[in-house]
Amino acid sequence: MAWTRDEMAARAARELKDGYYVNLGIGMPTLVANHAGDLDITLQSENGMLGMGPFPYEGDEDPDLINAGKQTVTELRRTSYFSSADSFAMIRGGHMDLSILGAMEVAENGDLANWMVPGKMVKGMGGAMDLVAGTRRIVVMMEHVDKAGRPKFVARCSLPLTGANVVDVIITDRAVFERPDRKGSPFRLVELAPGVTADALRAATGAAYVE
Amino acid sequence: MNKIYPSAAAALADVVKDGQTIAVGGFGLSGIPEALIEALRDSGVKNLTCVSNNAGVDGFGLGLLLATRQIKKMISSYVGENKEFERQYLAGELELEFTPQGTLAERMRAGGAGIPGFYTKTGVGTLVAEGKEVKEFDGETFILERGIVADLAIVKAWKADPFGNLVYRKTARNFNPMAATAGRVTVAEVEAIVEPGTLDPDCIHTPSVYVQRLFEGAFEKRIEQRTVRKREAA
Repeated sequence: MAWTRDEMAARAARELKDGYYVNLGIGMPTLVANHAGDLDITLQSENGMLGMGPFPYEGDEDPDLINAGKQTVTELRRTSYFSSADSFAMIRGGHMDLSILGAMEVAENGDLANWMVPGKMVKGMGGAMDLVAGTRRIVVMMEHVDKAGRPKFVARCSLPLTGANVVDVIITDRAVFERPDRKGSPFRLVELAPGVTADALRAATGAAYVE
Repeated sequence: MNKIYPSAAAALADVVKDGQTIAVGGFGLSGIPEALIEALRDSGVKNLTCVSNNAGVDGFGLGLLLATRQIKKMISSYVGENKEFERQYLAGELELEFTPQGTLAERMRAGGAGIPGFYTKTGVGTLVAEGKEVKEFDGETFILERGIVADLAIVKAWKADPFGNLVYRKTARNFNPMAATAGRVTVAEVEAIVEPGTLDPDCIHTPSVYVQRLFEGAFEKRIEQRTVRKREAA
């Protein structure tokens, strides 16, 4: 028994606070927007948009209005557009409150790997390195183990890093881990998915964490 | 001084040379200079270094120049949508310099602004930092990234006036303003050239000094990921 992707998204949405400016990564993190409830959240799309709206109705698609995943989206009353340089100035400059990203590996020291597997064709890091370097708080959403059953929360990342010491919260399908700072405090187990025991979780985790 | 040309080919005629570095605006297929890319292909120019966030798709955008092997090197942040790119890269026929997206935007902005290098925390502790100068500021580590100046920049805008003032539309702005500043010569492909005085001077995105040539293009505006929601049933 573990959390579904939607339940993970609902859990990730609890990291949102009223008034936050948030960047959601491609894939599972985009589901978080469906769970924001009454919170006043402004979504950023790093290709140059603040205040990203939902997908357009059929027939209303605009090729000049896409998100960072190249999907057609819509604007809202609060929307602003800007260049890629301005977009990453607000990211790198520490103006974005939160980013939620997927991951291949997270290490117990907060290192994140999510862009490259050596030996496989590399598509590129896109804006991920900028986002993790600049955003105030980084939440990772990922499966607890990979397709081969190996832990993804590990002692040390084996894959090339996207950022060193950048992750604050890890939400997997089995548990939630959090650390209070990026100054050496360990991750602490804060939630277990229904039916997952502490022993089973430990056995499926490569990283050391506080229970 | 007339900046208006009848076509992409005419606008590029005497400025394109083999081995040039070309800055290209656009994000994915949104806001790309479609006709200028086709004209570059038809010019037969070779050994290009293209500075562009993405590499187009097979058969469209910069994919056209990859198909004809006119590109020697790409400086990009994400190239995942292009099979021919992948084939050439794996075969060692194409050089690739991955640059984080924000660093790429800033490298073009800096180049255009006369700033040869800048320090950023993006990429610290990663492969991107390898071989780059490292410096501490206020207890934090930064790496030195270089500004990019291109021989030629090709950009796409929504509207221009005859002086070359440009206005972009929605997220088709993306890398175009920085590319426009980074080119020693900048050619703009626009949807409409409007009468002098009709663009609000307070709302110009790229001032005319950055644009040497422009023309009206006809755009396909292909959508990469068409995503929609269903209308509520009445």
